[in-house]
Amino acid sequence: MSESIVMHDGALALKPGYVDHAADALRDLRWSRDAIDFQVEHHHDVAATAQLGFWLYLMSDCLLFSGLFATYSVLSGHTAGGPSGQSLFELPYVLVETMFLLVSSFTCGLATLAMGSGRRNATVGWLALTFLLGLGFVGMEVHEFAHLIAIGAGPSHSAFLSSFFTLVATHGLHVTCGLIWMAVMMATVLKKGLTPSTQSRLNCLSLFWHFLDIIWVGVFSLVYLFGVAH
Amino acid sequence: MNVANEAVAGHAPHARVVHIEHGAHAAAHGATHKQYIVGFLLAIALTVVPFALVMTHSVAGTPLFIAGFAVAQILVHVLYFLHVNGSEQQRWNLTALIYTAIVVGIVMGGSIWIMHHLYINMMPGMMHGSMD
Repeated sequence: MSESIVMHDGALALKPGYVDHAADALRDLRWSRDAIDFQVEHHHDVAATAQLGFWLYLMSDCLLFSGLFATYSVLSGHTAGGPSGQSLFELPYVLVETMFLLVSSFTCGLATLAMGSGRRNATVGWLALTFLLGLGFVGMEVHEFAHLIAIGAGPSHSAFLSSFFTLVATHGLHVTCGLIWMAVMMATVLKKGLTPSTQSRLNCLSLFWHFLDIIWVGVFSLVYLFGVAH
Repeated sequence: MNVANEAVAGHAPHARVVHIEHGAHAAAHGATHKQYIVGFLLAIALTVVPFALVMTHSVAGTPLFIAGFAVAQILVHVLYFLHVNGSEQQRWNLTALIYTAIVVGIVMGGSIWIMHHLYINMMPGMMHGSMD
């Protein structure tokens, strides 16, 4: 083969007698290239469809939360003679909790940027940091719930507390699911690398995580800030 | 010879086309460090200010301030972290988002409005009678 092909100023040239053979080979190459093109485009379509589908899930999840927010808004004043938000909520604690989630949302974004530039270890590193911050958030929330139940302000005490626990715990449950998903994704990226399907799933996870932070903005504003300001 | 030149020449622009497509893909997602940092700083400011307002009891009409900051921060998250923009690619995402916002507005606004209305129209004895 090396004798059949010569280079002329960067272009390939074939010796006579090899042209037909080479033309066949090049046609085969083209065929496989078209197949690759098709797969790449096909994958882009699948990834875009997956993103849109996941987006629709997030929107329906948003509707679920809107029901819980509405319930809380209606019931927040109904303390049945028990403690109100004003006496229960500690804003500095909630501010720290909020910062955990906000910073984790930022580091999750950095993980997707690292993924976009193909840096596998940086992706896993940012995801690990996001995971720890999310774990800190869930830990603080569980601690707050345990404290409230310990002082007798559990979910069965009043309509206000029932709706409070339902709303905040549903959010916390989502964050916990996000943490499990994130752990799975870190293991997947380490094992398989940043394959197209891994990237598509990581993009969905990132959307989920940012979405949970948006829901938390609603929670800390409506529940904690309104509760104390009233 | 011609076949070879054509095929080789044909390959190079193709490689470039693929590259450009990837660039456009990344740009459409708007994922840049700058965008995340700006969004992050805005979100921190929009979190700390309402907390400070409530903790220091400094402003009259605080609930309105809280609602304003919450809406502003949600917009910041949607624009800078979820990268929602008006591009052609995201038409359905945007449609779904607007629809969701409308339904959330109806569910929350409607519930608060109706329940508040029922509450203030309730006979005084009915509300507190059961608790006594």
